[in-house]
Amino acid sequence: MHWFSKKKNLRHKAPGQKGTDRGILVFENTSEVIRAENELKSRGWKVRVMGPPPEIRTGCDLVIEFPLIEELNILRSLEEVGLTPLQVVPVSCPLLQPVDLFHCKNFGDYLMVRAANMKLTIDKNRLIIVNVSGGGCPDVTYLAAELVGKRLDAAPQPRNIGHTLCTYALQLAYEEIRRLCSQ
Amino acid sequence: MVEGEVSLKGDNLYIRGLQLPVSRGTPALAAAAVSTCKSLGSHLPYAYLVGDTGLGEGSRRLYQYLVDNIKDVKASVFAFHYLQPDVDWHNKVLFAVEEIEPKPLLIADAGFMYAAKMSGQARSYKLFTPDAGELAFLADEEAPHPFYTRGFILHQEAGIPELISRAYKNDNSSEYLLVKGSKDYVAESSGIRAIIDSPANEAMEAIGGTGDTLTGIVSALISSGMRIDDAAITASGANRFAGHYAQVTPASQVIELIKYIPKALETVLEK
Repeated sequence: MHWFSKKKNLRHKAPGQKGTDRGILVFENTSEVIRAENELKSRGWKVRVMGPPPEIRTGCDLVIEFPLIEELNILRSLEEVGLTPLQVVPVSCPLLQPVDLFHCKNFGDYLMVRAANMKLTIDKNRLIIVNVSGGGCPDVTYLAAELVGKRLDAAPQPRNIGHTLCTYALQLAYEEIRRLCSQ
Repeated sequence: MVEGEVSLKGDNLYIRGLQLPVSRGTPALAAAAVSTCKSLGSHLPYAYLVGDTGLGEGSRRLYQYLVDNIKDVKASVFAFHYLQPDVDWHNKVLFAVEEIEPKPLLIADAGFMYAAKMSGQARSYKLFTPDAGELAFLADEEAPHPFYTRGFILHQEAGIPELISRAYKNDNSSEYLLVKGSKDYVAESSGIRAIIDSPANEAMEAIGGTGDTLTGIVSALISSGMRIDDAAITASGANRFAGHYAQVTPASQVIELIKYIPKALETVLEK
């Protein structure tokens, strides 16, 4: 048995992206974006990760969208943890929105959740991660080595050890599987 | 970085004296290719491998090495796999490969396939081997990475033919496609050539590396001289039979399947 879990209405071009009330932080690499997002959200900032505008895409990219009015405070928060964006620019065009549609598959004793191109499978009875599949970024093998065989609540979160969009997709699958297991 | 002929013994790959455990990703592809080549009596594959935990440094080193050296490589088939997706580096490598005479046949999967699509150069490749989620990415002309595939395009198994058609229509597909899933599809621009759905084992989707083994098998079959569509159909069947003989579950690891590739190939090639 399998079903779709639709977390929210998915729109490619996120609402409210007009004018210059939002900006984006561009970092050296996806790893820094993930760290910055963790830091800013932990401090209560309303930020979200999005796809970069076409002119700055290289292949495996994330940017942070933030309220422009808070630019100075946000930059100060990042500076305190040693993070400096390469660029800070107003949002000038609709940004790509990450996938937030999940596909769940129930294998009886096992549950698999897919987010974008990444799949995470657990033993439902023991809540142990038994497999990581999908993906194409080089940290996938590393992430699998760190996660497989560990209990869901003891395994490192993918976003704390990975560096790519595949990491982020796996993080979404991880969060969804934790949510399902907590029901 | 290491380059050399790859061999397989037990649960490990060997390349230039280096021992690598066979797990998901490029080790699974390489092990499957070695196993297939041995079954066919063909030359073993030659690999270029580098370590990269996602920051991209290793990938950039390998990209640079390929740009500098690949035009001197005499090989009929290149299979590009896990590399940090980077459009600029992809293009540099592709341009270097296009200087090789006679022109090798190009296969792409994983991160390199993402970059190939994003670069607009998908048609330079003879074969892509996406899974269903990656097919949706190929079909979404606006997505630079599967992470950004728009929800209305994201796969449903029933929509695979439509996604294949859309990928070709937008010029975001290789000449042939081998789409991995509960049914495997072999397609080219004129349409779907074959659908392979048995033996069926749903657990394969959950196992990391079963897509990589399929890419490894098909690459080795093509390298042996088999037609691309026949190789794709054969590889699909062999991958499925290997999983069937190994009696895999969602908790299985890919090495268990790889051990049965020779028997699976025998089964499929005898049919």
